[in-house]
Amino acid sequence: MSAALLLERVSYRYPEATAPALRDVDLRVARGEFVVVAGGSGSGKSTLLRAASGLVPHFHGGEFSGRLESGGLDTRTHEPAQIAAVAGTLFQDPETQVVMGTVRAELAFPLENRGLGPAAVARGVEEAALALGIAPLLDRATHVLSGGELQRVALGAALAGRPRLALLDEPTSQLDPVAGDELLGVLRRLNEEWGTAVILAEHRLERCLSAADRVVALRDGAIACDADPRRFLDWAAEQAPELQTPGARLFSLAGRRPLPVSVKDARRTLSAQAAPDALGSIAGLGADDRSPAGSIAGLGGDGRSPSRSIAGLGGDGRSPSGSTVGGLRHRRRKPRPEPALAFSSVWLEHRDGPAVLRGVDLAFAAGERVALMGRNGAGKSTLLRVAAGLAEPTRGKLHRAGRVGLLLQNPGDYTLRDRVGDELPADALDAAGLDHLADRHPRDLSGGERQRLALAIVLHGERPAVVCLDEPTRGMDRFHKDALAALLDALAHHGSAVIVATHDAEFAAAFAGRTVLLGDGRPVADAPTAEVLAGGWYFATQTARILGGAALLPEDGAALLRREAVVA
Amino acid sequence: MIYERRASPLHATRAAVASAWCVIVAGVALSFEHPLVLCGLLSALVIAAAGARVAGRVLLALAFALPFAVVIALINPLVVRDGLTVIARLGTVPVLGRLDVTAEATAYGGVLALRALVVIGCFALHSAAVDPDDLLRAFRRVSFRSALTAALATRMIPVLARDARRLHDAQRCLAGAPAPRRAVVRAVAAGALDRAVDVAATLEVRGYGAARRAPRGGRRPWSRHDLAFAAGAAAIALLGLAAYAGDWEAFEAYPALSAPVDARLLVLTAGLAACMLLPFADRRGIGR
Repeated sequence: MSAALLLERVSYRYPEATAPALRDVDLRVARGEFVVVAGGSGSGKSTLLRAASGLVPHFHGGEFSGRLESGGLDTRTHEPAQIAAVAGTLFQDPETQVVMGTVRAELAFPLENRGLGPAAVARGVEEAALALGIAPLLDRATHVLSGGELQRVALGAALAGRPRLALLDEPTSQLDPVAGDELLGVLRRLNEEWGTAVILAEHRLERCLSAADRVVALRDGAIACDADPRRFLDWAAEQAPELQTPGARLFSLAGRRPLPVSVKDARRTLSAQAAPDALGSIAGLGADDRSPAGSIAGLGGDGRSPSRSIAGLGGDGRSPSGSTVGGLRHRRRKPRPEPALAFSSVWLEHRDGPAVLRGVDLAFAAGERVALMGRNGAGKSTLLRVAAGLAEPTRGKLHRAGRVGLLLQNPGDYTLRDRVGDELPADALDAAGLDHLADRHPRDLSGGERQRLALAIVLHGERPAVVCLDEPTRGMDRFHKDALAALLDALAHHGSAVIVATHDAEFAAAFAGRTVLLGDGRPVADAPTAEVLAGGWYFATQTARILGGAALLPEDGAALLRREAVVA
Repeated sequence: MIYERRASPLHATRAAVASAWCVIVAGVALSFEHPLVLCGLLSALVIAAAGARVAGRVLLALAFALPFAVVIALINPLVVRDGLTVIARLGTVPVLGRLDVTAEATAYGGVLALRALVVIGCFALHSAAVDPDDLLRAFRRVSFRSALTAALATRMIPVLARDARRLHDAQRCLAGAPAPRRAVVRAVAAGALDRAVDVAATLEVRGYGAARRAPRGGRRPWSRHDLAFAAGAAAIALLGLAAYAGDWEAFEAYPALSAPVDARLLVLTAGLAACMLLPFADRRGIGR
C-alpha cells in the first residue's frame, strides 16, 4: 500500500536563498497516521508542508532535489491543483486563504474544482460545516468574519471532501483554547474514523501531542528527531529544551520519569509515584479532581471553593481591579493612585449589529502586567481598540493617563518603508537591539525581529502610559515568547501598564500578574493570574491542570514536586 | 468596494455575462473620443448603477477618481506641444522647455479625463454588481493562467482593502501625526505582490483549474437577464464596431479642435445609452 506521504532525500532551496530550507529529508507517513511536525521558527516546518502540497517547487520555484509523493502523486509530475484532490492544505494566515465571498461558496469551492456535481458538493459543504461547527456561518459573507472564524472556514475548505492527507500549518494559532481543543478533536475524529493522515505543524505542542502517533522535529531544514511522542519528549529534554511541553518540562525539572505526553498521563504517573499521605497534599491529584486553587465558574471546576472562586456568577462584574468581581470580594486597600487606563460602564454597540462590549468597568494601574483572555469574539481585541482610540465607545467613559500604544496582530502593518533604518531613528533602533538590521527590508525580517521592530515603532516618541498587544505570541516559538515576556516586563518596570490579549495561557502565566477573562463583552473574571489560570479547564496552563492548580509554571510546579518528594 | 448581492437585473445576471457587459462598455469608452459619446456613456453608466442599486458606490468611486482625472486634464496641455490655438504662454521651464498651452491640448486633456472616469466607473460597477465567486467559477473552465489572473484581480481588491484598513489603524496607534495616506497606499501597493502570491497559492491548493469541465449537472439555464445583458453587450459591441469602421465619429483634437455633432453621432450616443439601459428595464426575477 502506498504511503500517504513519502519523501526521499528531499532538499529544497528557495530562489535567491543562501541556505536550503529542507536538507535531505527522508520521511514516510502511513495512511491514517497522525504526525506532528515540531521545530523552532524558520526550522522548515512550513516549507515541508508546502512541498507536500506541491507548491514547492511548482509555485515557489527554487532548487528541488529528491522525490516526494503526496497521496500517491509525485509532486514532480503533478501540479498543486491535482494534488489538492488528495491533500487538503491549510496555511498560517487565514486572511489570504479565504477566496470566496460567502462561507458556503468557500466550502463548495474545492469540491466544485474537482468536478463534483451539485448534490455531492452540497453534502460535502454540510458535512464540513457540521464537523467544524461553522454551520451557523454558512450564509455569512467572508469579509465580516473574525480571524478565528476565518481560520475555521479555511480549515473547512481544506478538509471538505475528506482528503486522504491533511497538511495543516498551525491551524489553532488564531483560536481560543476551547475552539483549539474542539478543532483537535475534529482532526482526531477525521484521523480515526475516516483514516485521513494528518500532518500538523504546531508550536504549542502541549495541545496536540496526545493525539499524535509520531513527532517529527526539524532543525535547520533537516529531521532532528522522528519518534513517538514519549521518545520525542525524552529527546527534547536532552537536545531541544525549547520544544518541551510544559508538562514534560515540569517532570524534567522535578526529576520525574517518564515524561508525560498528556495531562492525564502526568496525573496518572504522579498518582502512581506519590506516597499515600503525600497524595492529598499536591492539589488535585486525587481521584475527584478537586481544584483547591479555585475554579472559574462556567468554565470548569466544581466551584466548591468559595473563597477562591472567581467567575461572575451572580455578580455584575462592575468592580474590576478593586473590589468585587462576580461575587469575589477583595479587601479594600488604601486609595489607589490614578489609573493609567480606566473603563467606566463602556459599551460598544455596532449599528445594525451586536453589542461587542457590554458595560465594561476595568481599571489598570501604571506598571501593571495584565493578560486579557476569553474565547474568540469575547471582545478582547475590541477592548484594546477602544483603549487605543481606534474605536469609540457608544456609551460610558474612558480615562487615559497618557498615550496608549497598541501593537495589532500583524506587526508588518507598522512598517511602511523599504529599509528598517528608515522606520526609526538610529538611537531607537539601537535601544531595540535592531541596529544591525538597519539596511534590511522589514519584510525580510524574521517574525520575532519584525515584532520587535513594530513594538519599537509603537513605543517611539512620547512614552506610552499604556502598552496594549493583541495576540503577540501567535506563531511564536518558546524562545521568542520568553524574549517578548522579558521585554514587556521591562516596559512595566518603567511604569507603563502592559495589557496583552492572548489565548496563550502559558504566556499569560509567565508574564501577567493579573488576568481579566472576558465573556460576551464583559469581564467575567478579574483576579491575580495565579487564581484565574489555576482552576479552569480551558483557561489554565498545562502545569496547573496537572497539579490541580497548585502551580502555574513548570518551575514552580517542579519545586512543589521536589518538596513533596522530600516530605514523602 | 466589496460585492453584495442586491435585487437588481445586473446582480441577477450570470457573472460572465455581467462582466463582459462592463468590459465592453469600458472598451467602447476607450475606442471613442468625442465628448458627447463619452458624456453619454458616463451618464448611462450612472443611471445603470442606479438601476443596479449601487449608484452610491459608483459615485463614490468616481469622486475618488476625480482628482486623478483632473491631474490627467492638467498634465496633457503641459506636455503636449500640438494644437494651433495658444491660450497661454508660460515661458521656458527647465526640462520641459518652452511651455505654450493650447486650447486643443487642454480640450483633449478633458477628453482623456472623461474617458478615465468612464473606465473607472465601469470597474466600480463591476466590483459592486458582478459576483466574484460566480466569475471565479466561470473562469475555471478557460486556461488556468488567465483564470488565475482574473481570479487574483477579483480577489485582491478585498484583500488589499483589508490591508489598507489595518495599516491605517496601525498608523493611528503611533505617537505623533499618522503617516500620510499616500505612504499607506504605497505600502499596500508594495505588499500587493506578496499578497497576490499568497492568494494564488491558496487557489492552487484548493484545486482551482484542475477540473476543466463543468461539474456534472452544474450547468445553469440562461435566465431572462442573462439573455438581456448578453444581447445588450453584443449590441453595444456591434454598434461600436459599426461606428468605428464607418467613421461615424469625426472628432479631431489636433491641429485644430473639431467636434462636429451630426445625426450619426447622435444615433451612436443614443444607441449606446439605450443598449446599456434597456436590460435594466426588466425587473422580474431579480431577487435572490
